[in-house]
Amino acid sequence: MPDFQTIAVAMSGGVDSSTVAAMLRAEGHQVIGLTMQLWNQRRLAGHPGMPEAVQGRCCSLDDVYDARRVAETLGVPYYVVNHEERFERDVVRPFVEEYLSGRTPIPCSLCNNHLKFDQLLIVAKQIGADALATGHYARVEFDEPRGRWLLKRAADLSKDQTYFLFGLTQEQLSRTLFPLGEMTKPEVRELARGYGLALAEKPDSQEICFVPGGDYKNFLDAYLAESGESLPDTAGELVTTDGEVVGEHHGIHNFTVGQRKGLGVATGSPLYVIQIKGDARQVVVGDQDQLYSRTLRARRINLISVDELREAMRVAVKIRHRHEAAPAIIERTGDDEMLVTFDEPQRAITPGQAAVFYDGDVVVGGGWIV
Amino acid sequence: MRRVYFDNNATTPLLPEVLEAMQPYFAERFGNASSIHHHGQETRAAVERARESVAALLGCRASEVVFTSGGTESDNLAIFGLVRPGDHVITSTIEHHAVLNSCKHLESLGCEVTRLPVDGRGLVDPDDVRRALRPNTKLITVMMANNETGVLQPVEEIGKIAAEGDVYFHTDGVQAAGKVPIDVKRIACDLLAISGHKMHAPQGVGALYARKGTLLQPLFYGGSHERSRRAGTENVPGIIGLGKAAEVARGALERGDLARMSEMRDRIEKQILSTVEATGVNGAGAPRVPNTTNIYFDYIEGEALVIALDLKGLAVSTGAACSSGAIEPSHVLTAMGLRPDRARASLRFSLGKENTPDEVEFALGLIPSTVAHLRELSPVYNKAALSS
Repeated sequence: MPDFQTIAVAMSGGVDSSTVAAMLRAEGHQVIGLTMQLWNQRRLAGHPGMPEAVQGRCCSLDDVYDARRVAETLGVPYYVVNHEERFERDVVRPFVEEYLSGRTPIPCSLCNNHLKFDQLLIVAKQIGADALATGHYARVEFDEPRGRWLLKRAADLSKDQTYFLFGLTQEQLSRTLFPLGEMTKPEVRELARGYGLALAEKPDSQEICFVPGGDYKNFLDAYLAESGESLPDTAGELVTTDGEVVGEHHGIHNFTVGQRKGLGVATGSPLYVIQIKGDARQVVVGDQDQLYSRTLRARRINLISVDELREAMRVAVKIRHRHEAAPAIIERTGDDEMLVTFDEPQRAITPGQAAVFYDGDVVVGGGWIV
Repeated sequence: MRRVYFDNNATTPLLPEVLEAMQPYFAERFGNASSIHHHGQETRAAVERARESVAALLGCRASEVVFTSGGTESDNLAIFGLVRPGDHVITSTIEHHAVLNSCKHLESLGCEVTRLPVDGRGLVDPDDVRRALRPNTKLITVMMANNETGVLQPVEEIGKIAAEGDVYFHTDGVQAAGKVPIDVKRIACDLLAISGHKMHAPQGVGALYARKGTLLQPLFYGGSHERSRRAGTENVPGIIGLGKAAEVARGALERGDLARMSEMRDRIEKQILSTVEATGVNGAGAPRVPNTTNIYFDYIEGEALVIALDLKGLAVSTGAACSSGAIEPSHVLTAMGLRPDRARASLRFSLGKENTPDEVEFALGLIPSTVAHLRELSPVYNKAALSS
């Protein structure tokens, strides 16, 4: 780890980032706690399908309270910075538009790319911090021979979050610390207890922070209604892979690739969503076997361990957070496009998700599945 | 670390003489001012003396002063004490949230609200007030001095219009009290709100001037305290503090002590504008209270500048804080027509009685280099520098 004096810690009010702040403080660094205010949890309260009193995860007042308490206990300065406008523009809007186009978005990656490691890192530097530390489970190290900063999987693979971090640039990585990268969650909780942090037993957050209860359909309705827009009519046909119409649907945003429930078609064998054709408003259905595919194309590529991909490369590719990276060959097929060819067909390759390339523990890079 | 406090529009430190005046009323003279016995009489007398001091500051009779828990309650009592469903209310777009959100709630109760715009200097046009009058207009509520810019509104002209139209006129005087002379007769207002902690009294006490004969529906029910306008045992130490602070403020205004404050404020403005490029004063063309300046620093986020300065010991602010403590975009600067990025790049410096010229120099020593550092790291500034 480079010798940083003053370190800003992105504090969410959870165990992980609180422990990071405590660790860095104990190591003798000057620590500044920062929490991003990203979304007003009360904003959509009361809209149909949304809770009256929202108790969402991030940016809730309870979490800010917890983060503030931790900072106060540690005796470090703490500030909440407002990035609601950027969050809406760069994360929430794209999230809504992706669903309406028939894709399945990952807002956490967008938030990391556009907010945490962009806006917050800028603020951190502006207020005099040399680096930004977060509670992510991942590792950063400088590789002398390559002259590049590497992003590596966490020692605890079950907690590894590199899938959401593939968009980080060399400049961002050079200013980023992931102090939990070598630890397991139980070790982190143990450490939190050791530091006397009251929230050592606080449960982990799982869902998308701005979608209470994880019901994204209600969120889309409420969000669009609030801005005076109505949900665009994307109703259309359910078709088989042969093009045979087998039913109708109420809108493509209700579907995700691999989905089995809620198709409204009764057949002998179970049916799955194979593909969503946004332009034609068609949802293609088929049986389990048809879900498997050997290739995908990814665009908006970010490379980390190499500066460019000159020839095809053997890697392992992860196509969703809970997916075991599968052996594949990646090759450049366009200006900002890559073709991924898996050794074995993969189930439910989903446009809108990320394809992240690994060489062992090292993140080679990644892109967005189209 | 040396700490300098230039955020007196948020709250002010308690003056030593105010603390001293309050001290006996915590333990020694603890009586309930409603009690018949000696202990009650002692605190009753003190409360009424405080009422006289506040009345003297505002130019009204003591019986026209209602003690409350603060500026927000005073504004709420004025508004909800008068307005009923079906009534029309005229207000401005730059009011404090205590008025802004009260008016929003009025709408949900079936009242109509007209929100008047301000010009680029932050001023309401009295002619707009006149034009907004309707047969069912019950109340005009326009603030005296704005908390973010310090801009003084033409309340005397608005008062005339209200009187001619036979409409109640309330003005939020929270940021004006102690900073400019107040005379409720000259303003011709029926109601005027003040807050203790904005004028070196403690937090948790305020007052509402309610002209004799103004029938206010109370906000809460209980005993017949404050002539049945505000139930609940008086916050005696707070009220004593407010009385003392009003006395001190009146003396300072009479002696012209505030000229010193406006000199310091003017020096801050002049120095920043001449040493830091792409800066300017918001509301510069309007009459302002002597302690406040609101300055934009293009190409930066005001929020980052506030944090960076705080880490170096200078306390200033931008806009209003929301419940998480994050900074909200300023509705005041936006209403004045500032571009959103310039509104976000604006900082408020508000001085108090205890600030010194030496502290001004401390601040002026920090600001240019801190702004330069922020701009160096700002993606917008680099772009602007490249394209120029």
